[in-house]
This record gives sequence, C-alpha cells and structure tokens, in this order.
Amino acid sequence: MENVNKLSVSGLDFSYGDKKILQDLSFDVKAGEFVSILGPSGCGKSTLLNILAGILKVERGEVCIEGQKVEGVNPHFAYMPQNDLLLPWKTILDNVCLYSEIHGNKKEVKALAAEQMKRFGLEGYENSFPSELSGGMRQRAAFLRTTLCDADIYLLDEPFGALDVITRNDLQDWLVKLCRDLNKTILLVTHDTDEAIYLSDRILILGRPGEGIRQEIRIEEKDRSREWLYDQGKLRGEIYNIIKQKASL
Amino acid sequence: MEKKKKIAPFVVIILCLILWELVVRIGQIPIYVLPAPTKIIASLVTDFSNYMSHSLVTVFEALVGMLIAFLLAIALGILMDAIPIVRESIYPILVVSQTVPVIVLSPILIIYLGFGYAPKILTVVLMCFFPIVVNFSDGLSVIDEGYKNLIMTYGGSKWQLYKIAKIPSAMISLMSGLKVAATYSISGAVVGEWIASQQGLGYYLIRAKNNYAMDKVFGCVLMIILLSLLMNALVSAFGWMATPGKRIKK
Ligand SMILES: Nc1ncnc2c1ncn2[C@@H]1O[C@H](COP(=O)(O)OP(=O)(O)OP(=O)(O)O)[C@@H](O)[C@H]1O
Ligand SMILES: [Mg+2]
Repeated sequence: MENVNKLSVSGLDFSYGDKKILQDLSFDVKAGEFVSILGPSGCGKSTLLNILAGILKVERGEVCIEGQKVEGVNPHFAYMPQNDLLLPWKTILDNVCLYSEIHGNKKEVKALAAEQMKRFGLEGYENSFPSELSGGMRQRAAFLRTTLCDADIYLLDEPFGALDVITRNDLQDWLVKLCRDLNKTILLVTHDTDEAIYLSDRILILGRPGEGIRQEIRIEEKDRSREWLYDQGKLRGEIYNIIKQKASL
Repeated sequence: MEKKKKIAPFVVIILCLILWELVVRIGQIPIYVLPAPTKIIASLVTDFSNYMSHSLVTVFEALVGMLIAFLLAIALGILMDAIPIVRESIYPILVVSQTVPVIVLSPILIIYLGFGYAPKILTVVLMCFFPIVVNFSDGLSVIDEGYKNLIMTYGGSKWQLYKIAKIPSAMISLMSGLKVAATYSISGAVVGEWIASQQGLGYYLIRAKNNYAMDKVFGCVLMIILLSLLMNALVSAFGWMATPGKRIKK
C-alpha cells in the first residue's frame, strides 16, 4: 500500500482538433496527498481534470488508481467543475444532495448537509433556488455538493475563486482538515499562488498548452499556518517567475 | 403604465361589443341573422343546463385526448432522444404528417371507430400529439453538456439523467407545446362532434344552426372560446406546479 501511488498518470496526450493541449503528461499522487495545479489560463488545467473524471477521452496514455488502470467514469473521483452547474429547478439543499439522490441514501445525507450549511455560509438558503444566490454562494453550494460525494479523490477546479477572504480562509482550513481526517486525496486547480502554497504538499506548475509540467515544487513544511504563509515571499516569487516564463524549451 | 397596458385590450373588446349591440338594435337586425351580445348572454343564462351538459361532454373528450397525447408524446419524446435512430426515422414523419389536416380524417375515423367517444378523442389526440412531442423532444436535446457530465461522473444511470436533469430542463418547452395543444384540444373535440354525434358543443352548435337559433350558435362559440381558455389555464397551473425553480424568476 505504502509504495503504490493512489493516482498515477502516465504519458497523457490530448488535443482539441489540431491544437495539442496535453502532451506526454505524467505525474503521481500519493494517498492523502494534497496537490495543487497552477498554470496560465488556457493551459489545460480543466482539460486535465475532465480527463481524470472520465468526461474526455485521451488519445494516448493511461490513468491508474492504486495501480489499476481506469477508463471513463469511475467512483474514485469527486469532480467539481469550474462552473457551478447547480440544477436551477432544485433547491440548494436538494442540489447539494445530488450524489446521494443518485445513490439512494438521500435521507441520511440530507441531515448531514443541513448541518454543513452553516459552515458554508448557506444557512437560511436551504430552500432557495440557485438563481436567488450570489455567484460566491453558488460556488460554495457546488463545493459542498462535491464534498458530500462518497469518493476518495477530489478533483477541484478553482473551488474558491469567487469567495471573500474570510470565507475562503475558513473553507480552505476546513478542506485541509477534511483531507487529513478522512485521508482524502486532493487535486486542486487554482490561480492563487498563496492558496497553493498554504494548502499543498506539492505544486505542479503547468506550462503553455502542449508543454506539460514545467516544474514541480514540494512544500516540505508540514505545519503550515497563516503566519507561516506570510513569510513565504521567496517561494511566492519563485513560482511567479516560473509561471511567467515564456516557453521554457 | 403597466396597468393601463393590461386594461387596454379589454376596453377595445367592450367598445366593439357596444358597437355591435347598437348596430343590431338601431338596424333592427333579426336574431337569425345576427344576435345582439345581450341576446347571446341571455341565451347562455336561460339555456344554462343545456350548455353545461354539452360542454361537459366536450371537455371530457378534450381532457382524455390531451392526456393520451401527453403520455404518448412523453414516451416517444424520450425514446427519440435516447435512441438516435428512432429520432432520425420518426421525427421527419411527424413533421410531414402535420400537413395533413385532421378535419379531413374525421369522417374516416368515424367509419372505423363508430359514433361514440372514440373518434372524437382520437381527433383530439391527433391534433395535440404533434406540438407536445416536437417541443418536448427539442427540449430534451438542448441540455447543457455540463449537467450531463455531472450526473455521469456522479455515477447516475441513463434513466437518472432523464429524471434528474433532462426532463426537468425540458419542462419549459414541454409547457409551450402543451399550451398549443390545449388550444387545439377543445376545437379538436368540436370538429369530431360536427361529423356525427348526439352530444357535445359541436353537436349543439350544428343543431342550433339548423334551427336558425343564432343566439345559441354564438353562445356555443363563446363557450368554445371560454373552454379553450380554461384548458390553457389548466396547463398553466400544471406548469406552475411542475417547475418550482422557475416560479421565482417572474
Ligand atoms: N471544447 C473545446 N473545444 C476546443 N478547444 C477547447 C475546448 N475547451 C477548451 N479548449 C481549449 O483548450 C485549452 C485548455 O482549456 P482549459 O479549459 O483546460 O484551460 P484552463 O487551464 O482550465 O484555463 P482557465 O485557467 O482559464 O480555466 C484552451 O486553450 C481552450 O481554448
Ligand atoms: Mg479551467
């Protein structure tokens, strides 16, 4: 168990028409590891998550979970896409319980979800419809919906993009705790360097479309706090420079 | 402003009615040529029980026909959406079949189905089925890929995809199909009754016409309009109940 990777991606190729997005992309993720993916807009971060989730098919390469090759949709992943995709005709509470509705244990999960509403700043909106919520609230609902999936690897595409600092910090801390307590493996796409430094055990920086992983940064500090984060100016600058580089070939 | 806009058409209608009344009274037009609006109303009142019993028959035929058309359209709509070859082979036929005026089919239906409810209900079904099925299947096919993928990655089955995402998202277009169908439904039943029947508004209208009772003829027309509006309202009520999330947008 120790030396088998939770998730192992090897030699992925993917193009939209003639445009190569991913080329020979490989990386491994250990069980319980928190990995962030940084990279310029349009470099293929969402595409990568779509491939892992089984929505897009690769031309070459494979995805393995615990050493087993997987193809298409599989129950290990809980995917939170970049747009919230709340069903407009369902209430917020029903929306966040979508996974359990599909798997037939909605009753139990509903009680759990109702408890979580407060943490997610959605208290009092249980019976509202998505169109009555702000963008940030919808994002939180989509995030809550994802965490109520019974899966061990989370694929999160900018889950905290539209949130205010307070809520963002709170939910970040909550996510870290969730990752540790329940030994969840997390792949987080973000544009926020601080967020990546604070949350991750490892940061993958993608280059331009087709370039692949430009650099991998391991964060050795295990006990990361907000105070610690303030002192990471050097690392922040380093990451910024890596992202800024033009094609590093 | 808003209120004025809503009232305006009613004012026009009332003015027309007053004009109509005046023309008939001043010109002393006999009732078998053109009845005054007040005479039509009077006939509705004095003949109330007749109108009611015939209306009930027509409404019954329209409702049953609508229900059958609705169920068939839902089933075929889902089938066409789920199996592309079914859609490719049936959709064009549906569109072309719509150019056949149902009214010319009525005599044929009576030959095969006799003089009871069946040919009238079938006329309603034929008139209502098409707008429902076309709107519904169009609605099913335009769902955002994102929702489809979401349900899929959550491990949902094909049926769950329909139940949770596709059918609810097709509700709006289904409703517009149903509204068109509702408007057709009463006329469909009346047309069926014209050809051969012993009851219903269509039958009553023809009988009144044969007796030169023009006040009753107009009374029937008024009833048909009112019942069509009623069917429309029923459909709207159904739509209101079936699409909770959409209510608040208004
Ligand atoms: N459906 C599509 N058809 C064709 N090209 C696409 C499609 N979706 C994305 N692309 C292209 O693929 C590239 C990668 O898109 P992707 O959404 O993965 O970027 P991203 O890294 O997630 O960007 P962002 O940070 O802005 O979300 C982009 O250049 C985009 O133009
Ligand atoms: Mg993206």
